[in-house]
Amino acid sequence: MRPAPTEAAQAGRAMRLAHHLYGLGPLVGLVVLCIVGTLLNHDFATVDNLMNVLTRTSFIGIIAVGETFVIISGGIDLSVGSMAALIAGSMIWLMNGLSAGVGGHTFAPLEIIAIGIALAFVLGGLFGWAHGLLITKGRIEPFIVTLGTLGIFRAVLTWLADGGALTLNNSLTDLYSPVYYASLLGVPVPIWVFLVVAAGGTLILNRTAFGRHVQAIGSNEQVARYAAIRVDTVKIVTYVLLGICVGVATVLYVPRLGSATPTTGILWELEAIAAVVVGGTALKGGEGRVIGTVIGAILLSVIANILNLTSIISVYLNAAVQGAVIIVVAFLQRGRR
Amino acid sequence: MKQVIRAIGAGVLALGILGAAGAARADDKVILGVAIPTADHGFTGGIDWWANKAKEDMEKAHPDLKVILKTSASAPEQANQLQDMVTVNKINALVIFPHESASLTQPVAQVKKKGIYVTVVDRGLTDTSAQDAYVAGDNTAFGRLAGEYFCKSLNGQGDIVALRGIPTTLDNERYSAFTEALKACPGVKVLDAKYANWNRDDAFKVMQDYLTRFKHIDAVWSADDDMSVGVLKAIDQAKRTDIKEVLGGAGSKEMIKRVLDGDKLINADVTYSPKFIYDAIKLTAEARLKGQTLPAKTIVPSVLVTKDNAKDYYFPDSPF
Repeated sequence: MRPAPTEAAQAGRAMRLAHHLYGLGPLVGLVVLCIVGTLLNHDFATVDNLMNVLTRTSFIGIIAVGETFVIISGGIDLSVGSMAALIAGSMIWLMNGLSAGVGGHTFAPLEIIAIGIALAFVLGGLFGWAHGLLITKGRIEPFIVTLGTLGIFRAVLTWLADGGALTLNNSLTDLYSPVYYASLLGVPVPIWVFLVVAAGGTLILNRTAFGRHVQAIGSNEQVARYAAIRVDTVKIVTYVLLGICVGVATVLYVPRLGSATPTTGILWELEAIAAVVVGGTALKGGEGRVIGTVIGAILLSVIANILNLTSIISVYLNAAVQGAVIIVVAFLQRGRR
Repeated sequence: MKQVIRAIGAGVLALGILGAAGAARADDKVILGVAIPTADHGFTGGIDWWANKAKEDMEKAHPDLKVILKTSASAPEQANQLQDMVTVNKINALVIFPHESASLTQPVAQVKKKGIYVTVVDRGLTDTSAQDAYVAGDNTAFGRLAGEYFCKSLNGQGDIVALRGIPTTLDNERYSAFTEALKACPGVKVLDAKYANWNRDDAFKVMQDYLTRFKHIDAVWSADDDMSVGVLKAIDQAKRTDIKEVLGGAGSKEMIKRVLDGDKLINADVTYSPKFIYDAIKLTAEARLKGQTLPAKTIVPSVLVTKDNAKDYYFPDSPF
């Protein structure tokens, strides 16, 4: 290729700058929201409130990081909320069963919790793997596969819970609850986990061959195939990663209330997907950033938090405010695709 | 391939007809159809459990009664079930817990037109002439009892935060009855009332934010036992000691147990028990077996449960 004329190079630089500015859209939105929140209620800017918001964001945030990979690769997973609910239910069901002892053998409470956590990871990985297989080898649209499992997972949980609630035994709850409620250096555990997952996600997406393959497949699957990328394997791995992220989120979720009901995790899929897209990832795949997703997730829970801290707007209109903010932020980062 | 499918289809159809013929035995005097929503949250889970228990108890007590139980996930599905029950199962009485009032009024009217006795539970139809009897819980009393309770327990002075369910007429009835009852004691103020969708997780978040926003709260009306779970966890996490009382509602076994055991925050509960489906099935079955009818409207009252009467409302076997 010939050396590009200087004008084109300058135009390219301007494009990159514009690109960067648009990428800042969600961050600008978040900063503006925080200023508005502080003006409306001074308690908004307290450390306690900040920690509350970040802690409750961690479930959706962790799931959204996994979802970012799936969406960048051109797929989608609608089942994450139901999957989290089923994993939570299965964990509680198994841990309660083990605490009663199996075949005369009793387990130490710490062992039981370790087994429960292991189960969450295994189930998440397995569910993701099943999704990946059905989508790649079974050649079914990801939308349909995960819409199907969305129903299956929730129905199985409802059946496990007999339509009611599965509640963790009290003795186990006391031992397990620090996983959600305890703090390390003044920062609650779930926020640390969220940080680690987000940092890991960023590294994998930007610094590994796998991350580049995910982006290549999303922008043009056919070209990726000709470039000798193992498209099916990469896609399956993205779904497995997401499944494990759901497992991690569930491990943090269960100690919060110590229970799973048929309404657990309802509409989480929508929140996770909204976080990813608000964060600047193209829904059609090809490009996106994990840090954007993190900001998107925080933004969504900050809106709900501010609405709860004030009563200037009728409660009937809460959802409308959320919708409007999402559209405005999306407007700020338009032109990226 | 097509022929195979057709053959299978015919076979299934034949089996269906045989099954239906088997179901409608000549010695069944009353064939009672029961149409209820599937268990998608704690309350409907309770509805399903009580309906199954009613089927079991009633069929055991009355050999000439057959109860056909169907659950549905949506209003259209429920409407289809009604048609099936009339044409296939040949029901002559129906107890229905409608998904929605408006969209099921016509389908139920069609059933009644065929001479089938119809009892509607909980959600009234928009045209009451489409039903023979109506059995329901008392939403007004549900809110009123809670309001009166707070007036008394707070000695006419204090600050309350409230959590509401999902924006529906049912929730409005409860909430307006609650604020109406509080007018009797102007010293008790409602600081705010936000929707938490009858959901444990949403209630946890809303309560956390209330605790950030209000430095002093005397009592919480969580209005639902599922929401109380989230509220209690949030209070626990914030280590707040100013809150003296959390009042839920519905009468789940978990909360009734706390009342029984003399919990620090849960001193009472207001019932809105899914057991009314049991009562409706029982009343309808027994009346129809004797050829009688039910009163046009039966209200199953909401009751304030305190430590004294809690044991009468504790059903440890129910999932709810």
